[in-house]
Amino acid sequence: MTDTTASAAHSDAAHAHDHHDADHKPGFFARWFMSTNHKDIGTLYLLFAVFAGIIGGAISGLMRLELAEPGIQYLEAWSGQQGDAALHLWNVLITAHGLIMVFFMVMPAVIGGFGNWFVPIMIGAPDMAFPRMNNVSFWLTVSAFILLLGSTFVSGGIGNGAGTGWTVYAPLSTSGSPGPAVDLAILSLHLAGASSILGAVNFITTIFNMRAPGMTLHKMPLFVWSVLVTAFLLLLSLPVLAAAITMLLTDRNFGTTFYDPSGGGDPVLYQHLFWFFGHPEVYIMILPAFGIVSQIVSTFSRKPVFGYLGMAYAMVAIGVVGFVVWAHHMFTTGMSVNVKMYFTAATMVIAVPTGVKIFSWIATMWSGSISFKAPMVWALGFIFMFTVGGVTGVVLANGGVDDIMHDTYYVVAHFHYVLSLGAVFGLFAGTYYWFPKMTGRMYNEFLGHLHFWVFFVGVNVLFFPMHFLGLQGMPRRYPDYPDAQAYWNHVATNGYYIMAIGVGIFLINMIWSMLAGKKAPDNPWGEGANTLEWTLSSPPPFHQFETLPKID
Amino acid sequence: MTALARRNARTGSLAALLALAMIGLGFASVPLYRIFCQVTGFGGTTMRVAESALPAKPLGKLITIRFDSNVAQGMPWHFVPEKLTDRAAIGARKIAIYTAKNLSSAPIVGRASFNVTPIQAGKYFSKIQCFCFTEQMLKPGQEIRMPVTYFVDPKIAEDPDTKDIGEITLSYTFYPVDQSVAGR
Ligand code: HEM
Ligand SMILES: [Cu+2]
Repeated sequence: MTDTTASAAHSDAAHAHDHHDADHKPGFFARWFMSTNHKDIGTLYLLFAVFAGIIGGAISGLMRLELAEPGIQYLEAWSGQQGDAALHLWNVLITAHGLIMVFFMVMPAVIGGFGNWFVPIMIGAPDMAFPRMNNVSFWLTVSAFILLLGSTFVSGGIGNGAGTGWTVYAPLSTSGSPGPAVDLAILSLHLAGASSILGAVNFITTIFNMRAPGMTLHKMPLFVWSVLVTAFLLLLSLPVLAAAITMLLTDRNFGTTFYDPSGGGDPVLYQHLFWFFGHPEVYIMILPAFGIVSQIVSTFSRKPVFGYLGMAYAMVAIGVVGFVVWAHHMFTTGMSVNVKMYFTAATMVIAVPTGVKIFSWIATMWSGSISFKAPMVWALGFIFMFTVGGVTGVVLANGGVDDIMHDTYYVVAHFHYVLSLGAVFGLFAGTYYWFPKMTGRMYNEFLGHLHFWVFFVGVNVLFFPMHFLGLQGMPRRYPDYPDAQAYWNHVATNGYYIMAIGVGIFLINMIWSMLAGKKAPDNPWGEGANTLEWTLSSPPPFHQFETLPKID
Repeated sequence: MTALARRNARTGSLAALLALAMIGLGFASVPLYRIFCQVTGFGGTTMRVAESALPAKPLGKLITIRFDSNVAQGMPWHFVPEKLTDRAAIGARKIAIYTAKNLSSAPIVGRASFNVTPIQAGKYFSKIQCFCFTEQMLKPGQEIRMPVTYFVDPKIAEDPDTKDIGEITLSYTFYPVDQSVAGR
């Protein structure tokens, strides 16, 4: 896949000042609100993800503020209520934070954003297979987000907003949460899910049918592979979530008892359905990051990825096995030893293809001529942090150990190492890598590195102590804790402040570079960057590849 | 339509069909899960057997059975076991009696859901006859005695997961069949 070269389209489409047809853009409203152009939709998704990420990140800041010291400091003032109603606000915060980060930050950014921008270009296609459906997907995401935000203004039981956790477990989400807030949150999930399913159909069709001549599946860049596998995970898992939460809605509103034992149902069934979706979902968030990191490591080591086929099929294997391990989230629901044993073993099997990926990245760098540009530094950060999260994952996979760790901060530490230090590092890596291509301007290298170091220190100070707190038995989803756990909680909150400064540096870098960055060449990264996007101008013409490139 | 558009439409519809099939599977999981529990005793689901399944000779070992009773929120019934515990020889036929009384001034049809703990014992807890197999109708103020005929399957003493169990709790919850009776 590394020796792909593009011919035709580039030379004549590149020069926008010729007012070539390829760069004819519609007016502002038509361009951004009725957009059918994959790059414009990608841009919309990225901007949306930044916006949602700031909101979700601010919410976690409120959470860390409350957790900085034992006792309840702020919840009563923020909610204007006393007692349980004030505590309900806590539940609303953790619910909103989880849902926003998962459905409205990470997924729109990696799949909707980078996927839309670069999948068509990397396979030499002029656009996505269904451009209009692509537009529908985006606006469904926006509507879903508005519904979720709206739910915080209506009653969710004791106070305003949905306080069910992002897992929306019954019976808390059914008989435990009267009022319309949870209904709105569930509908928001329906819309976000529909959006992702449409997106998945689009990516699968595009990748199967619209590859340029010569671009065989086994020559596709690994980022495209990662999006293909992700699309299949979305297609197979999200409908199950949709069914599960539809039954929540009918249990709530129409007297059915799917999850209510008093009518012959079982709340544990909801957990099975949720995690049948939920575990693939965590790979949905991380696989595209794997793809991004593979492109970057190869580019900045000036070597093809080590074990290309192994890398591609490791992702397929992770996807497949990911569907049969879901009950490792449910070890404490009362399973027999044999069932626990199966889910423990199956879960550990996933460590094998994951290990293949990590070692292949290292082998790619081995004796490569590495240049430590910002994208590469973020990719290295990703590999390191994701490995830490993977190790704690293997610890938790042990059914016996998990009986003690489940629902403690150890779990919170684990999933933040793989998400906010894994997926998010992958996002930042991709942002720096493709910023010159997307905007036509170079980012500021110094700020990129500064952002990395501040953020890296911040998130580690923030999340590493959570391992200790979890081992001391601090349960997750509580706004208070005994004095004995004050020290590490305080440290974690300080980590949040450091991390927040890092995000500030990022935003400054982006805005400054967009306005005043140096003009970017077509390929700023040199010979290591040999995927098709680097053969186009920076930014690419509005319509690329009107003559399909030939890949040999 | 160009050839590519046609091909796209086909691939796209196939993918959409796959998604629809998964939605179907999501809903189908409800009956599938119920059948799975009934067959495997998963989640403490007890077994329903015919009289003839009763072993010829009980084991010499005794096990304690505890009886638990609940009513759904808002269900105006008084529902209790006559005895809180009993000692049963494993493999021997036993009867337990529960009583239920309708405290309201309207006739109410109820149905009991059930399970046992430890849940691993579900597949060895065999009911021959039970008030929970059918719906129960109580007129205003009416009180009835309701039997459960059961035995503990001797295989419980061979399964490594269950052979150490010394006590099984049998639990019932009555809920109104017509949900509008009890405000939830
Ligand atoms: C900005 C830095 C972040 C901070 C300070 C932060 C902090 C927290 C805290 C304090 C909790 C609540 C723990 C509890 O259950 O008591 C939490 C939960 C969670 N976070 Fe984060 N987080 C951050 C980033 C992220 C990111 C990037 C993601 C997703 C990609 C994420 C996903 C989640 C999820 C899924 C939960 C569980 C929510 C729930 O159980 O209801 N977080 N986070
Ligand atoms: Cu999982």
